[in-house]
Amino acid sequence: MSAQGPLLSVAGIEVMYSRLALVLRGLTLSVPRGGIVALLGANGAGKTTTMKAIANLLRSERGEVTKGAIHYDGARIDGLDPSDLARRGLSLVMEGRHAFSTLSVEDNLKVGAYSRSDGAVAESLERVYATFPRLKERRHQPAGLLSGGEQQMCVIGRALMARPRMILLDEPSMGLAPLLVEEIFSIMQQLNAEAGVTFLLAEQNAAVALRYATYGYLVEGGRVVREGPARALAADPEIRASYLGLDASAEADGASLAARRRPRWLS
Amino acid sequence: MGDFSFFLEVVVGGLLSGVMYTLVALGFVLIFKASGVFNFAQGAMVLFAALTFVGFLEFGLPMWAAFLLALAAMLALAVAIERTVLRPLVGQDHMILFMATIGLSIFLEGFAQLIWGTKVRGLDLGISDEPIEIGGILISQFDLSAALMAAVLVAVLSAFFSYTKVGRALRAVADDTQAAQVAGVPLGFIWAVVWGAAGFIALVAGLVWGARLGVQFALTLVALKALPVMILGGFNSIAGAIVAGLVIGVSEKLAEIYLGPFVGGGIENWFPYALAIAVLLIRPAGLFGAARIARV
Ligand SMILES: Nc1ncnc2c1ncn2[C@@H]1O[C@H](COP(=O)(O)OP(=O)(O)OP(=O)(O)O)[C@@H](O)[C@H]1O
Ligand SMILES: [Mg+2]
Repeated sequence: MSAQGPLLSVAGIEVMYSRLALVLRGLTLSVPRGGIVALLGANGAGKTTTMKAIANLLRSERGEVTKGAIHYDGARIDGLDPSDLARRGLSLVMEGRHAFSTLSVEDNLKVGAYSRSDGAVAESLERVYATFPRLKERRHQPAGLLSGGEQQMCVIGRALMARPRMILLDEPSMGLAPLLVEEIFSIMQQLNAEAGVTFLLAEQNAAVALRYATYGYLVEGGRVVREGPARALAADPEIRASYLGLDASAEADGASLAARRRPRWLS
Repeated sequence: MGDFSFFLEVVVGGLLSGVMYTLVALGFVLIFKASGVFNFAQGAMVLFAALTFVGFLEFGLPMWAAFLLALAAMLALAVAIERTVLRPLVGQDHMILFMATIGLSIFLEGFAQLIWGTKVRGLDLGISDEPIEIGGILISQFDLSAALMAAVLVAVLSAFFSYTKVGRALRAVADDTQAAQVAGVPLGFIWAVVWGAAGFIALVAGLVWGARLGVQFALTLVALKALPVMILGGFNSIAGAIVAGLVIGVSEKLAEIYLGPFVGGGIENWFPYALAIAVLLIRPAGLFGAARIARV
């Protein structure tokens, strides 16, 4: 396999929902091995759709990739069953905390190891508990009763149980207190540094994401409109104005780059 | 005293038939839990299973061999249904899947009768129907054996879904299908397991009811007995199906004996529905139906 190439590459994909709504319009990105890459953009830009296209989840929402290709570890993965990806070491942490609310925390974590047949599951469980001690305290409670932050830890822990080489992290900061956001992100950084896990991180909260990421893509209207090293993006005046809210002269509420160039309904 | 032991007899008889209702209801509940689909074809599966079993018996096979072959046929059917009906309809509306199970039901009824013919067959499982006396009350041996079989099956299935890896995965799929897939649970396999379990249940139900009513088209109506059980117990609760089956079994027998004389009998057939509707008005999700666990 191409050990030199990027771990994940998305090449010019188009995604349509219900054969009507073209949501991604030729989106291209790549994630190097061991990298943390941020996918930034406003509501409805297409971040989640990109994540679901990679994880092959679109079919159950009547969406499909109509153009382009997705490669992971040198092999084409669009068209695989979603459950195959866990076996190949690619895990998605979905937007909106999809913990199994009726299952206990421990059962949630064990489901994460479904694709594994080695005997070291108990060991991984202990490692997840070491990373998230709060989960251990609540291991026998139904996950639906956890706080929002604990649920986020539960689903990240569940993803870790598959021993992934790459995690797609969709909007982990959503609805969390700033301190908890930092905690989640620093755990991500630690997994990246110590276990070599590669991350693709979708975030509206560009300020935080760019502090932890090495590289970033800005998505608008289903396309990448800007990309570069995280530092360069964080310093980009237009991005600072629209997404980081740091320029007083910008319109309120972060109007997008494209919206200022042309009316969106014509695109 | 005599009155009380008669009352006990009625209650025990009701409990025994209640276990059978639970069994049939469980077939529905499993599929509903795992895929949110009300499987209209459950009754047809009961007929299909019973006809297949009797068909193998008529070839001169011993009972255990006919049972294993019929079970294999039900499992093969489950896999075929997953491949040809469920998989192509992934992501479609539940109503469309429901319609598909109506089609499936009509197909199964026709297909079973095409292979095995339409004549009514008797089925003798070799269990005597002589009542026996236990603790001073008379109990039908057949009912007792059937209830025991059903109870064992229910216990085995509950244990399977509570304590095994596949059972845990099934509960995960029932809870959040996409998240379960992402976690590495293959949906097609889980659906095949669930439909296979429903086929197993249909086979046992088909044998027991078939031995009582004869193996014939009317077996598909056994499913109607499960409907009030599910309304009462909740469509997605295994515990609910167990309790509601027993409640309905006992209450319909009691109603028949103690209310029947005042309204002219025949209560047994509609009383469960009346009870179910009454519950529906008070608790729309059924006695056990999950309002989902969630923090607000
Ligand atoms: N199942 C669906 N069917 C039709 N359209 C959809 C579907 N899911 C998403 N869309 C549309 O696709 C567009 C992109 O949505 P997506 O969820 O990918 O955005 P996002 O960048 O993740 O936004 P957010 O930051 O709010 O999570 C939106 O306009 C949305 O309305
Ligand atoms: Mg999103």
